Amino acid sequence: MESLYLLIPLSVLLVVVIALLFWNAIRGGQFDDLEGPAHRILQDDDRPDPHLPGNESDREKNN
Amino acid sequence: MENQATYNYKVVRQFAIMTVVWGIVGMLLGVFIASQLVWPELNLGQYFHFGRLRALHTSAVIFAFGGCGLIATSYYVVQRTCNVRLFSDGLAAFTFWGYQLVIVLCVITYPLGITFNKEYAEMEWPIKILLAIVWVAYAVVFFGTIAKRKVKHIYVANWFYGAFILAVALLHIVNSAFVPVSLWKSYSAYSGAVDAMVQWWYGHNAVGFFLTAGFLGMMYYFVPKQAGRPVYSYRLSVVHFWALIFTYMWAGPHHLHYTALPDWTQSLGMVFSLILLAPSWGGMINGIMTLSGAWHKLRTDPILKFLVTALSFYGMSTFEGPMMAIKTVNALSHYTDWTVGHVHSGALGWVAMITIGSIYYLIPRLFDREQMYSIKLIEAHFWIATLGIVLYISSMWIAGVTQGLMWRAVNPDGTLTYAFIDAVKATHPYYFIRFLGGCCFVAGMFLMFYNVLRTVFDGKPVNAPIPAVPAHA
Repeated sequence: MESLYLLIPLSVLLVVVIALLFWNAIRGGQFDDLEGPAHRILQDDDRPDPHLPGNESDREKNN
Repeated sequence: MENQATYNYKVVRQFAIMTVVWGIVGMLLGVFIASQLVWPELNLGQYFHFGRLRALHTSAVIFAFGGCGLIATSYYVVQRTCNVRLFSDGLAAFTFWGYQLVIVLCVITYPLGITFNKEYAEMEWPIKILLAIVWVAYAVVFFGTIAKRKVKHIYVANWFYGAFILAVALLHIVNSAFVPVSLWKSYSAYSGAVDAMVQWWYGHNAVGFFLTAGFLGMMYYFVPKQAGRPVYSYRLSVVHFWALIFTYMWAGPHHLHYTALPDWTQSLGMVFSLILLAPSWGGMINGIMTLSGAWHKLRTDPILKFLVTALSFYGMSTFEGPMMAIKTVNALSHYTDWTVGHVHSGALGWVAMITIGSIYYLIPRLFDREQMYSIKLIEAHFWIATLGIVLYISSMWIAGVTQGLMWRAVNPDGTLTYAFIDAVKATHPYYFIRFLGGCCFVAGMFLMFYNVLRTVFDGKPVNAPIPAVPAHA
């Protein structure tokens, strides 16, 4: 089963890479706050508001 | 610098509209090949034969419909959650036109019989190379945007999208290793059981990273936004992500139970498939519980209905999948229409419904409208789509189990009880019900197309301004 000689090392290598990424993300403080980010996307108001300055002027003309 | 003050919605608009268009094309093809199974005389000549159109159907719904939906939403989510415009407008435009070209080339070459002969990867080598280039450009745009983000934390949806982009690149490259013999013909670099294992390593991880991780990214943004509630447990969503990507890569061998693959590899695939139930259900519960305290919104909001029903189907098919990966169950289900039913409970129930819900969320925001042209039409779309799925999967369950039982039935003297044609005859009525289910689902897509067109023509394309980063972020 030669394919396993390719796929198993590849998958093991991936696990190592993923583990390193995970470790880095923890060290980098990505998961220090596990409450705030859930609320932050809700504070970002993405509803169109034609009265907002800037919104009116930025309409694309050629589309 | 004026350009810098807005988000790039143009490329999101393009991909969002094409999601609906390719959805209709791919699902119409599905209904057509379903009717060919009911009425075989519909196999009109070699170009419109089931064998060629089936590959076109799967590629069109997965990569054209699903792919455009994933790229549209990922471009939207990465910009909104990173508070920054896309890394490069030119490269983003290239991903759009390049990806559409890949799809059009598939639409032309598959009916002509030009095929690489690998399931879900039938495109010949020139198209494979083009797709690889476009995909790398997509990765550059996505990760480039993450790199220049204005918010320190990378929202969990972006982790899912990022894993989807990287894994699909890896799968495509390893599985596509080819030996060309002419412009439109090449052979796989692997052969025999090795080729089969590489194929299902690719095939299953395409399910895992394209059809699961990518759409989970969609779920983790659009469900909380549409419900107006933060995700039930952000901590669980992070655990969900890491658990899923650590375990998914190992489940592929369950597609090759009772074949020339070594027994221990099959068992390994089965065990990892069973383990996958845990992160899958963790994510499903996390998504659905996001609505706790806001359940009443389900009564009036058909977009939320789409998103939550999608999660229910995700839960259902991620339960059914591990069960079918158990070798004794697989002995009954393999090669029957049960597998087809399982795939469609995931594809129509989970993938299509979460995409449709997200596109309904996006269209008004991209075209400067308060909401879609008609909420009633979304409601109608939801019910007709749900009816279609129920017809589809229940008929395929019955057909599949019937086939499995008839194929294995033996007389006391050891001879087979039924000829193969007996099972085909027994399946025929269920093929008709499946055809009806498909018709319902595609009818819903036409309602969506009309609703989207009316919204687009009532509105104007707009690029939203980038709000100032909140002080505490």
